Amino acid sequence: MAQAQEMRSPIESGCPDGFQYMHPVMRRNFGMWDHHAHPAPGVLYHESESGEGIWTVRAGTQRILDVFTLRKLCDIGDQYGDGYVRFTTRSNIEYMVDAEAKVAPLVKALEDAGFVVGGTQNSIAMISHTQGWLHCDIPGTDASGVVKAMMDELIDEFRNTNMPNRVHMTTSCCQINCGGQGDIAINVQHTKPPKINHDLVANVCERPSVVARCPVAAIRPAVVNGKPSLEVDEQKCMCCGACFPPCPPMQINDPEHTKLSIWVGGNHSNARGKPTFQKLVASGIPNNPPRWPEATAIVKRILKTYQEDGKDWERMNDWIERIGWPEFFSKTGLPFTRYHVDNWRGARNSLNASTHIRQ
Amino acid sequence: MAKNHHPTPMLDELENGPWPSFISGIKSLRDKHPDDRIQGISNDLLGQLEHSYETRKGYWKGGTVSVFGYGSGIIPRFSEVGNAFPNSKEFHTVRVQPPAGNFYTTDMLRKLANSWEKYGSGLVTFHGQTGNAMFIGVNTENTQKFFDEINEYGFDLGGAGPCVRTGMSCVGAARCEQSCANEQRIHRTLLNRFTDDVHRPSLPYKFKFKVSGCPNDCVNAIERSDFAVIGTWRDAMKIDQAKVKEFIQEKGRAEVIDNVTTRCPTRCMTLHDDDTLEVDDKNCVRCMHCLNVMHTALSPGDDRGVSILLGGKRTLKIGDLMGTVIVPFMKLDTDEDYAQLTELAENIIDFWAENGLEHERCGEMIERIGLMNFLKELGIDADPNMINHPRQSSYVRLDGFDEAAEEHLRRKMEQRQQATATASH
Ligand code: HEM
Ligand code: SF4
Ligand code: SF4
Ligand code: SF4
Ligand code: SF4
Repeated sequence: MAQAQEMRSPIESGCPDGFQYMHPVMRRNFGMWDHHAHPAPGVLYHESESGEGIWTVRAGTQRILDVFTLRKLCDIGDQYGDGYVRFTTRSNIEYMVDAEAKVAPLVKALEDAGFVVGGTQNSIAMISHTQGWLHCDIPGTDASGVVKAMMDELIDEFRNTNMPNRVHMTTSCCQINCGGQGDIAINVQHTKPPKINHDLVANVCERPSVVARCPVAAIRPAVVNGKPSLEVDEQKCMCCGACFPPCPPMQINDPEHTKLSIWVGGNHSNARGKPTFQKLVASGIPNNPPRWPEATAIVKRILKTYQEDGKDWERMNDWIERIGWPEFFSKTGLPFTRYHVDNWRGARNSLNASTHIRQ
Repeated sequence: MAKNHHPTPMLDELENGPWPSFISGIKSLRDKHPDDRIQGISNDLLGQLEHSYETRKGYWKGGTVSVFGYGSGIIPRFSEVGNAFPNSKEFHTVRVQPPAGNFYTTDMLRKLANSWEKYGSGLVTFHGQTGNAMFIGVNTENTQKFFDEINEYGFDLGGAGPCVRTGMSCVGAARCEQSCANEQRIHRTLLNRFTDDVHRPSLPYKFKFKVSGCPNDCVNAIERSDFAVIGTWRDAMKIDQAKVKEFIQEKGRAEVIDNVTTRCPTRCMTLHDDDTLEVDDKNCVRCMHCLNVMHTALSPGDDRGVSILLGGKRTLKIGDLMGTVIVPFMKLDTDEDYAQLTELAENIIDFWAENGLEHERCGEMIERIGLMNFLKELGIDADPNMINHPRQSSYVRLDGFDEAAEEHLRRKMEQRQQATATASH
């Protein structure tokens, strides 16, 4: 080749204009919405000050969409909807239509094609999840598989609105937790320090930045078998896996000792109380593909207790705040251990410095 | 077609049950897609995934892949077991920025599907947790081709690595009566001011913008973004007393008492004997609860703007942090208002780029240097809305206190003068 091929310069357009993809009713009534109604689970109606209204049908999918499924979703949108869709933060698809008469056939078409209409109001919403074994380079478990297995069991609660308030669930397949906060979060929890392949460290890892990455300063440079490497103070190490992404020879994932933990009470909203982080309630749960039955069983137990005991509008964290943690553990039958007592920075704020005790 | 398929006994279990199965989807590409290339990728991807399920380990490793002119936007993936699964041995993800609110037409989705099918695996997710449309599985050679094609019709890459990341906004003003902001404009103004920082990672670590139209914060901006913009209002809440009466007729007085007034965090609502509702707006913290329950009767006031919170992030390295208030209220109507918003973001990112340690999020830097010092460096006035309560510890050096107090009083006076000046116009 005499001449290097001319490379095309990117058009740095950044984030595209959203208005071009909005339903015309939404475009016309932008910022003018007055109120909404919830005619049926999975269906929303919004009315504007102008008197115009728009119906939305929300459906759950497998999230990892193959092009056939994506086209099927488009076909349904063209045939039964108005060709305008959006995706929620939890990866549900929403179809917007301008007439009530279009709603029932649209719902039917989606259900007939195997999608699940629901996920609105006081339902168990779609579990928001991450990449896992399908695509991430550091996962301790899968993400799509865990979610598929759990949604199979929670599908009725996705289709209905029988919970005290909405339930947002998340999963994360490493302790970085890109799944985020949730009313219930199912997260990987490593229980053993990383196993180091000393032959590879010098070539693969930038040692000072790996040392700096450790939250508890447990890593130090060392010479092992005559090669520059790293060593871990296993007394200090709390097995978070933060050293693994910058230094893959520090293998944290372990088929046996990588477990799942369950956290509850994370709430993004400012409604009533301020936003809250989730708290650890269960751990040591086996990472058991392909269907993770042990994790699902605990999640269902927590959900059932919340459903029976929570009052209207109480999110998971509101409910627990009302009944107290002792009652939460007693009602759910989950064991309470010294590992539930926080010892990270700021932990003192989580201790009870009063005689406020439900005797 | 009796092809040599990898056996997938464990994954097959994920085809059972009523929820749509991603495994069935990948299999349909393997079995029915006309292109041999996609069939091969899907087969080997399933093979490797089954191997992960059986051994409970992941087999992807990172690397370096980008498109011409950019340093980010592609998540490189190379298989560690590529010999056994050669067709999916390069399986990168292309992160693409969606419009704020994640709107698409079916025409555009088809167009994206067609492009993706030409070059990639045929698997896509709307959207990843950061907010990108994720085109999952493309080899190094085709990455550029796919990007070139979708870039021509208006899509650009998102961030990856230590850079400004793709933003995320709620549906907001497009379809929600609670919205107090123009999420579309805020999102695009901020993100597209930093396009260079999205494409060329050169910051200490990631920086995320998220926009929610009201304090319900449907995109978890406070918990999950470095720079959270949240719509709010500062005048009186609007109450339609006729609709209040309707609500009571339909649901009963007890419903309002149990589920609205007594749940108000500042107890600032009163239900009178004549079934009118009164709100002490001075004490309403704009939590949204009553507006959520009685959304037909109650709505945000007309003097709208945003609150800005800074420094939210997840666990690594010092533990989870929520964003904290840096601007209690800011109008966002005029071009000048928007210019002020961008300037604030610029100043913050510049300061953090200068002072943040490697791999230190903005919130972690603030934690390290203290908010009081951060405010001073940025020339932002301290405001009691930034705290839950003032300092509890006397271990602090206060010899600059008098000056700061004088400055506060002077500023207050200036603000009062300004207010009277504008009022008399
Ligand atoms: C090599 C390493 C990593 C990979 C491959 C990776 C991959 C991802 C992916 C695929 C997502 C969601 C998808 C999207 O962008 O749309 C994500 C989100 C996220 N990641 Fe990472 N990640 C890595 C390292 C980290 C690290 C070190 C942290 C440390 C704190 C982290 C924190 C997060 C968080 C908090 C989110 C969710 C973001 C949000 O809610 O906006 N990740 N990551
Ligand atoms: S949670 Fe961890 S393993 Fe899972 S996708 Fe995010 S970074 Fe990867
Ligand atoms: S696993 Fe976490 S605590 Fe242990 S050495 Fe690695 S970074 Fe440090
Ligand atoms: S954050 Fe507020 S404005 Fe945005 S969608 Fe949620 S309720 Fe509506
Ligand atoms: S918005 Fe919240 S604080 Fe304000 S009146 Fe309603 S419940 Fe009370």
